[in-house]
Amino acid sequence: MDLQELLEMGKQERDRQDLKQTRIRCCTAAGCLSSGAAAVKNSLEAAVTVANLEDSVEVCGVGCLRFCGRGALVEIDPHRILYEEVTAENAPAIISALSGEERNQEGLPVQGDRQHPFFALQMPIVLENSGKIDPERIEEYIAVGGYQQLHHVLMEMTPQEVIEEIAKSGLRGRGGGGYPTGLKWATVAKMPKGQKYVVCNADEGDPGAFMDRSVLESDPHRILEGMAIAGYAVGANYGYIYVRAEYPLAIKRLEKAIQQAKKYELLGSQIFDSTFDFKIDIRVGAGAFVCGEETALIASIEGKRGNPRPRPPYPAESGLWECPTLINNVETLANIVPIIREGSDWYASIGTENSKGTKVFALTGKVCNTGLIEVPMGTTVRQIVEEMGGGVPDSGTVKAVQTGGPSGGCIPAEFFDTPVDYESLLKLGTMMGSGGAIVMDENTSMVEIARFYMEFCRGESCGKCVPCRAGTVQLYELLSKFLDQQATHADLEKLKALSYMVKETSLCGLGISAPNPILSTLRYFSEEYEELIQQDSLNGKVTV
Amino acid sequence: MSVRTLTIDGQPVAIAEGATILEAAKEAGIHIPTLCFLEGVSAVAACRMCLVEVEGISKLLPACVTQVAEEMVVHTNTPKLQEYRRMTVELLFAEGNHVCSICVANGNCELQDAAIKVGMDHTRFPYRFPNRSVDVSHPQFGIDHNRCILCTRCVRVCDEIEGAHVWDVAQRGTAAYIVSGLNQPWGEVDACTSCGKCVDACPTGAIFRKGTTTAEKQRDRAKLEFLVNAREKHEWTR
Ligand SMILES: Cc1cc2nc3c(=O)[nH]c(=O)nc-3n(C[C@H](O)[C@H](O)[C@H](O)COP(=O)(O)O)c2cc1C
Ligand code: SF4
Ligand code: SF4
Ligand code: SF4
Ligand code: FES
Ligand code: FES
Repeated sequence: MDLQELLEMGKQERDRQDLKQTRIRCCTAAGCLSSGAAAVKNSLEAAVTVANLEDSVEVCGVGCLRFCGRGALVEIDPHRILYEEVTAENAPAIISALSGEERNQEGLPVQGDRQHPFFALQMPIVLENSGKIDPERIEEYIAVGGYQQLHHVLMEMTPQEVIEEIAKSGLRGRGGGGYPTGLKWATVAKMPKGQKYVVCNADEGDPGAFMDRSVLESDPHRILEGMAIAGYAVGANYGYIYVRAEYPLAIKRLEKAIQQAKKYELLGSQIFDSTFDFKIDIRVGAGAFVCGEETALIASIEGKRGNPRPRPPYPAESGLWECPTLINNVETLANIVPIIREGSDWYASIGTENSKGTKVFALTGKVCNTGLIEVPMGTTVRQIVEEMGGGVPDSGTVKAVQTGGPSGGCIPAEFFDTPVDYESLLKLGTMMGSGGAIVMDENTSMVEIARFYMEFCRGESCGKCVPCRAGTVQLYELLSKFLDQQATHADLEKLKALSYMVKETSLCGLGISAPNPILSTLRYFSEEYEELIQQDSLNGKVTV
Repeated sequence: MSVRTLTIDGQPVAIAEGATILEAAKEAGIHIPTLCFLEGVSAVAACRMCLVEVEGISKLLPACVTQVAEEMVVHTNTPKLQEYRRMTVELLFAEGNHVCSICVANGNCELQDAAIKVGMDHTRFPYRFPNRSVDVSHPQFGIDHNRCILCTRCVRVCDEIEGAHVWDVAQRGTAAYIVSGLNQPWGEVDACTSCGKCVDACPTGAIFRKGTTTAEKQRDRAKLEFLVNAREKHEWTR
């Protein structure tokens, strides 16, 4: 395919869509599918047929519409009416309301408020196509400009220029660590010529997190295009997407996307008749959290046990089969196309001094509005939790929000005016992580939360190194001792000492960060630990 | 070959580029405790006993895999390292069932040595008393999982020196254990050549020769080094 054909294909698809007056977009991402979205879509299609509206109305399946907590969601163009908690029974009413007159008729689902801060404060860059295009049709991706940036890069930029552009944008890795993406690309590019790889880390194992899943399910071609651009920049001709087996829909859509891209020669040999070859394969992970750690992920792709190994050497130097390997997170790669399209200055103008662009969060827990949000870096925690999230249901009070998953920590309500960026969160003793944001209300026991994460780490430890394998077990037991009100002051000291030991001596990020939920709750909620300490004389028993 | 000079515990050391801190320390006569390290097979940096402090680097670094650098200033025995090493040994003792008094390796055990070295007289962590098995299906050898510290020295020696790859690690976290073959009894694994290298490699009494009684286990550790030298340097005499 050449540029002319690409543009023509996009135009044809837009013309096709313009022929219809109304486009009914049904969310068919995993969240809504679990609320019956497939049946909703089917009955909407049936209702269109019954009403004889096939010529003017199109029903299409799209990616996540973001208000996942109120699924199944349906949005109607051009009026941008959003219906919440739609069921199959609502379909006839929705179709007959299209004429505009009977908007208040019975059987219509609740209408969502597009002006609500939940939507209004969002800034879609990563999610710009999510909920708009059908992720299973490459035509729709091309209709919104897809693969044009790959063409632009191959024809008009040197690999060096691409890397500079990414570096200037200020993009940092969204997989948790926040490592400058441009610098990582430059390192891989500087390695001697030869076999190199690009790996997309789609393992996303944090409890409560579904940002990467949504991107993969909603806009898979964007990841392929981002990976191909990365491959061109660093001199790689092969890419792997490592997805967890728990994401079957994401896997299915990625497979479809790869096939379509191959069919139109947007992946494969001599893309756009250039000298650049790029192939992408999927590797399905068998469900170990630690396989998201880059060295374990590499071992897993190589067909070995997914154990981390000490770094250095870093994958950029020696990764897959000891070749230089670029590993980036899904969301990181999803930022590439817009940066190339709009320029690094544009991207760098969004966000804060040291954290550029936007961040996608999965807002969950004790909060009225749960779902996916994409906000500029620097948005305050308060805006996210209270304005967008609408606070705790039934007018409860927010106690804290947990970010960074098992590697992170809690932000207590008194620090809610902190802007969300890499450094501020670290200062608060938590981290950006991949973007889980779990809201907790005043009834939440922070010791309980710490134990929940420790249970997770204990179970997910690969078992290779002693502090993590044996230490997390003892940390879990100690926390249980508190919750059983059997702990003494000596146990509190032990808890602290062991937390620091596990943090400072573990081999990989899992063990290094496993004590963070303890240390962060101890920092802000130490009285909750104190309260659980057994009184010196309880029920007449004396303890030492 | 170029040479690097560095300081270990105040002592200047010169050593070939590419050497590890552990090798440099050995050269200088400074002992750094190790458990998973075994001369002649690949290093995995898993036990974390050999962690050292390097000035200017906030992370603790495993001496067994960290290469020396020019003007590096290494401390191998700070109070913090002493505390963490002790905790590591305590965690290992609490994790398995280590009853030294009835162990074939009593007096010849690297875990025991480490405990003495770090001054551990008790563990402050409660014993886990895991329910682990003993496999004596092999005609000559046995493996007692109660004494295994998962250092994977047996795995590496069997794979990298003998080339049989009888051993591997199954499960994860606290459930992890050493398996033979396709999780079969050791005696049923055809790949095993009964060479005994894993017996020599095991730092504890976990893998032993049958018929060995308490405190009788002796290892010929030099045999492994000899084999590696024979293969790599073609030195065929001890
Ligand atoms: C235990 C553990 C689990 C991880 N899981 C993930 C994951 O699921 N997805 C991810 O992108 N990065 C994960 N990471 C971080 C990756 O190792 C790596 O830093 C990241 O993929 C780099 O991409 P980025 O620079 O684009 O962020 C994990 C790290 C650790 C220590
Ligand atoms: S820190 Fe935990 S997960 Fe990482 S290597 Fe050690 S045991 Fe495995
Ligand atoms: S006896 Fe030799 S071949 Fe058999 S398991 Fe031990 S090292 Fe491997
Ligand atoms: S059996 Fe011995 S050598 Fe093998 S892992 Fe256990 S302690 Fe180490
Ligand atoms: S999954 Fe449907 S709105 Fe997110
Ligand atoms: S000897 Fe270095 S970590 Fe075990």
